[in-house]
Amino acid sequence: MKGAFAVDSAFIELDRVEKVFDVHRKTGFMRRELRRVRAVDSISFTVARGEMVGYIGPNGAGKSTTIKMLTGILTPSGGRLRVAGIDPSRERTRLAHRIGVVFGQRTTLWWDLPLLDSYRLMHRMYRIPDARYRENLDRLVELLELGDLLDVPVRQLSLGQRMRGDIVAALLHDPEVLYLDEPTIGLDVVSKGKVREFLRELNAEHGTTVLLTTHDLQDIEQLCSRVMVIDHGRLMYDGPLTGLHEVGDSERILVVDLERELPPIEAPAPARVVKVDGPRQWLAFPAAASAAPLVARIAAEYPLVDLSVREPDIEAVIAKMLHSLGDTTDPPSERATA
Amino acid sequence: MAETGRVAGRDWAVEKDLGARSSRVVDGLRAYRMITAMWIRSTMAYRASFLMTTFGNFVATALDFVAVLLMFSRVDELGGYTLPQIAFLYGLSSTAFGLADLAVGSMEKLGRRVRDGTLDTLMVRPAPVLAQMAADQFGLRRLGRVTQGVLVLGYALATVDIDWTWAKVLLMPVMLVSGAAIFCAVFVAGASFQFVAQDAAEVQNAFTYGGTTLLQYPPTLFATELVRGVTFVLPLAFVNWVPATYVLGMPLPLGLPGWAAFLPPLVAAACCALAGLAWRAGLRSYRSTGS
Repeated sequence: MKGAFAVDSAFIELDRVEKVFDVHRKTGFMRRELRRVRAVDSISFTVARGEMVGYIGPNGAGKSTTIKMLTGILTPSGGRLRVAGIDPSRERTRLAHRIGVVFGQRTTLWWDLPLLDSYRLMHRMYRIPDARYRENLDRLVELLELGDLLDVPVRQLSLGQRMRGDIVAALLHDPEVLYLDEPTIGLDVVSKGKVREFLRELNAEHGTTVLLTTHDLQDIEQLCSRVMVIDHGRLMYDGPLTGLHEVGDSERILVVDLERELPPIEAPAPARVVKVDGPRQWLAFPAAASAAPLVARIAAEYPLVDLSVREPDIEAVIAKMLHSLGDTTDPPSERATA
Repeated sequence: MAETGRVAGRDWAVEKDLGARSSRVVDGLRAYRMITAMWIRSTMAYRASFLMTTFGNFVATALDFVAVLLMFSRVDELGGYTLPQIAFLYGLSSTAFGLADLAVGSMEKLGRRVRDGTLDTLMVRPAPVLAQMAADQFGLRRLGRVTQGVLVLGYALATVDIDWTWAKVLLMPVMLVSGAAIFCAVFVAGASFQFVAQDAAEVQNAFTYGGTTLLQYPPTLFATELVRGVTFVLPLAFVNWVPATYVLGMPLPLGLPGWAAFLPPLVAAACCALAGLAWRAGLRSYRSTGS
């Protein structure tokens, strides 16, 4: 029991955790080749109670494998792993009471039944005390604006509504950690906003520790003070998002619409025009720098009609970062898929 | 505010830890009951479709017995067994299999859940995976098969000639329960194999659906090697052949002694234990290799 409370600063703790898969590959008729793939290669990090961390990396980098070990689905091949003082793979069901999991593309809700029926099952399966269940349900349903939808069969919900429904289902039992795997994938802008706002509030008000994987850089920018980048099973970066931009020299794009077609804008270095199409011009500038001076300068010297800033694509940021860290890129076939 | 929430969270965490300490069997049965109830409600969302598939299930299995009836319009006995005697074997096999199919039949879908990754959603819940998987897609429509089995067994009991003793009367329910348990074990063992070979559902069908069809006919029709196989290797013979021949007063298969007719509960217990071990091994391999 003591262990469960002595770990606030290292609520999630990984010490040289490894996951090695034996992969059989067909190399011909009845011939198979055995290869060892290190999906997770000696990863160590700790997450304090109440932190909100983004866990990102290319497909097949080992993100899901890590999440699966943290939830007790997979057994690590080596190293030490603790969540709330519990060894996930040894005490999977005990841990289940303490964590919430949302798989972005796999709903846990009952397709043909009203949303409320799924929640009643959670109520009983997790043995949530009645008063607490009602309190949590009321609060979550209000925050995620699902009040009118509780009696609607899940199959009739939109993707965004279903995602919010899944988040409620994962939080009814007051988990201390919430894992989210691509929580905003496929959602429209409004739904994304709602989900992000809710997660921010959950983390701030309730102190719930949140670990999320995503392909959407805005998820990270708006939610996470800390980012971990994993590639080839190794932890490549652990720190604030701004630092990630610095390491990666990534660039944002300023799109300006001028009154008429003009020669490329003479922008102050390091900003530069990368494309011109009629009156519209694209300027690249460092992602870590503010856009304001650049915009002011252009507005002062050119007939500006409209402008917008495009954030760098998360894959591009990571790719640049990995490149600048001197990563030796293996061919994609060498990557573990799990 | 956040601080009090945290403290309350801790008390609740202690409660949760205490709550999580109940026995796995109790937890499993509890989860099974809750999930099957959800599937029944789910099915009832399409009531007409439910009634039609149940009826269809009944008709399909009923036609199967009609084939036996047609055969007996041309012959008087088959392998030394009369029509009521065969109906007795048939009804026992069909009812025992039907009960097992109703209880855990959806386990054959395990391979699909491993392939599409949805097994993971079951593994983050505080209940044994075996119970959740057994209850998955629970289909009351399978009552159609049980109904057919019970009707055929009823017909057999009304027409067959048996010298009833107390031992034989007692053996009837024991036989059905043990038989259902043996088939359940085959379902679970087959599902465990799908952890390793995800497209092995067809292999499993050969033993489950194939097994029940085999048992519907008298053992005297089959080659000795086959009968030996289903007695000593995969002991399906203890579902009905061994105990039922004793009840009917026919010679036991393979010249087994009369007391062998009372072995089904022991055989069923052994099968379930082995299936449980196979399941644990399968799940462990999934957890170490992933999908």
